[in-house]
Amino acid sequence: MHLHRYEKMWLMFGGGALLLFVIILTVNAYAMGNMPPSHMQMIEPSKVDETPPFDKPGLRQIGENEYELVMTSFVFGYAPANVEIPAGATVHFIVTSKDVVHGFQIPGTNVNTMVLPGHISRVTQTFAEPGEYLILCNEYCGAGHHVMATKLIVADEGKE
Amino acid sequence: MTTEKTLSLRDRQVDQATSRLSLAYLFVAFSAFGIAALAGMLQAMVRGGLITLPGGINYYQILTAHGVLLGLVFTTFFIIGFLFSGMARTTGGSLPVAARSLGWSGWSLMVAGTLMGTVTILQNDASVLYTFYAPMKASPLFYIGMALVVVGSWVAGWGIFAAYRRWRRDHQGSTSPLFAFMAVATMLLWQIATLGVAIEVLFQLIPWSLGWVPEVNVLLSRTLFWYFGHPLVYFWLMPAYISWYINIPKIIGGRIFSDSLARLSFVLLILFSIPVGFHHQLMEPGISAGWKLVHVILTLTVVIPSLMTAFSLFAVFETTGRAKGGRGLFGWFGKLPWKDVRFFAPMVGMLMFIPAGTGGIINASNQLNAVVHNTIWVTGHFHLTVGTSVALTFFGIAYWLIPALTGRRLTSTVNRLGILQTVFWTVGMLLMSGAMHYLGLQGAPRRTDYTTYFDHSTALGWMPYQQLMGIGGLFLFLASVLLIGILIYLGFFAPKGFTEYPIGENGDTAEVTPRILERWPLWIGLSAFLIAVAYGYPIYELIQHAPPGSPPIRTW
Repeated sequence: MHLHRYEKMWLMFGGGALLLFVIILTVNAYAMGNMPPSHMQMIEPSKVDETPPFDKPGLRQIGENEYELVMTSFVFGYAPANVEIPAGATVHFIVTSKDVVHGFQIPGTNVNTMVLPGHISRVTQTFAEPGEYLILCNEYCGAGHHVMATKLIVADEGKE
Repeated sequence: MTTEKTLSLRDRQVDQATSRLSLAYLFVAFSAFGIAALAGMLQAMVRGGLITLPGGINYYQILTAHGVLLGLVFTTFFIIGFLFSGMARTTGGSLPVAARSLGWSGWSLMVAGTLMGTVTILQNDASVLYTFYAPMKASPLFYIGMALVVVGSWVAGWGIFAAYRRWRRDHQGSTSPLFAFMAVATMLLWQIATLGVAIEVLFQLIPWSLGWVPEVNVLLSRTLFWYFGHPLVYFWLMPAYISWYINIPKIIGGRIFSDSLARLSFVLLILFSIPVGFHHQLMEPGISAGWKLVHVILTLTVVIPSLMTAFSLFAVFETTGRAKGGRGLFGWFGKLPWKDVRFFAPMVGMLMFIPAGTGGIINASNQLNAVVHNTIWVTGHFHLTVGTSVALTFFGIAYWLIPALTGRRLTSTVNRLGILQTVFWTVGMLLMSGAMHYLGLQGAPRRTDYTTYFDHSTALGWMPYQQLMGIGGLFLFLASVLLIGILIYLGFFAPKGFTEYPIGENGDTAEVTPRILERWPLWIGLSAFLIAVAYGYPIYELIQHAPPGSPPIRTW
């Protein structure tokens, strides 16, 4: 099959760019640890309220300004709501669903994960800037999907 | 422009029996398009805060109608109608009886399925959107309707295969017409791709929605859906590529750049557009990051045939423009027939594919997906790809295909109106999709009714852009009304006469098309191998290590 000389150049350029992208993504994933949220732990979806850690959802300090925030999602909200943390805190979100598929996203950050019944999602974020962060459901889950949201309040250093 | 010579009906390039079949598909396609366009305009206006829906109509109900009627009904009906017509046009002007019967059987099944699905959506018993993610449960009739649409499309595909087989039997040793080859490739991709959603619907969702099994494996159902969901977008794209490769060179007075490279790009699309579905599931728990990366790499590989296509098309444009006297580096560009809607509409579509494809590469980029996943950026993305590149190409095809099949003329007035329609559509999409891309980067979610999230400052900041989306939606609706008006005129009222069915000739006649490109068992085998590598072990794991399943829930 004949490839025109210019087409060879074009495909070398395009293919080379794609190869470069793949290398960057792989280095980013394996050398720098930036994997997409892919937690493998499971849970019985009808028994979320009885299964640890979701029997006691809430904020738990695990280190110096480092927290675990265990949350459940359901139609149409999250529990606990309006959690407050100090500025600069690193938060490990641990989330599952009690019913249908939900989303868990904080605009302005890279926190974005699906929440599936039967599975536990984990995602970590450090909140340097104080403010009221919006947590919202970004996967259609029913008639009240557009009001499924809560806040994460990152308190000003001065007040703490 | 339109060839102005008048030919008698028996000189048609596609016989009447095939024309009727093809027109029946196009009729359903554009009927669905009209309803869906109205739904789309309403959504954009609601989300923009410009109107509220009357009579307690559920936003998600019309969103489901919009997605199902455009993503599944309009596209599939249009594509099959177009492929049957081109198959006949390039294999002697008619289809074998067996192919036509399969075509009509497929059409009947698909219409029955579409009606069932539409009725359940209108009754608000299926407001689950076109992805119908379990464990939200729609009426069983909705799933059965969707299954009928898919099965009907298989039967229609067998009609395409039957026509191809007859041609090859009658022309042993010859290379098949390029259109026939590409039609077969498109329908073959469709048969392999829809296996995933067929298994999901037939073995998981229908028994579960009927109450025969109590629970469903949610992650498995999503994985089977996205096994289908990505090649679905290539199923939309390949007929547009067919038109770009084959119809456009003839329309602009040029020749096809290379028959073999065109075929090779379609073979590559079959191989690499299927084993890539995890890039839609990058943000999901329960699938390991390693397997996600395998799919990401395969996803980037499928860019190659699109790069080949871009090269071939612009090579045709440049050589043709230069032959018409275009000088300098870019002089050829102005020599293209910009005032011919048959060229103008698809060309705008092609140009819009440059930002659209770039956005796709961003979406597929592993962790970068966290920035855009399930934000309205994604909606903006596929309104550029399928909503602009593919849709404008399909409109451009319809402008000559419908009069060619009805024995009427594409008049110069229609041509001008078509250009206006293209401009309206493009302006509407640039406004709407541009605003969507921007909003998505700010974190605004897709598939969401008007909301300020209890007057949260972040969400309030999105409002001006949501209004812009609404205005874009209005432009798009105007363009849709214009389109439907033009197509009704072309189908029923335009003056009788001859409209050309443009089929380009191969420019590189010295080149011999390698026989291996038509050895389908080889390509099917390779495709099955890649699918087994990318999906075999992950799906085994999803079944072996599944959490307890989910019972059905109605949340709307």
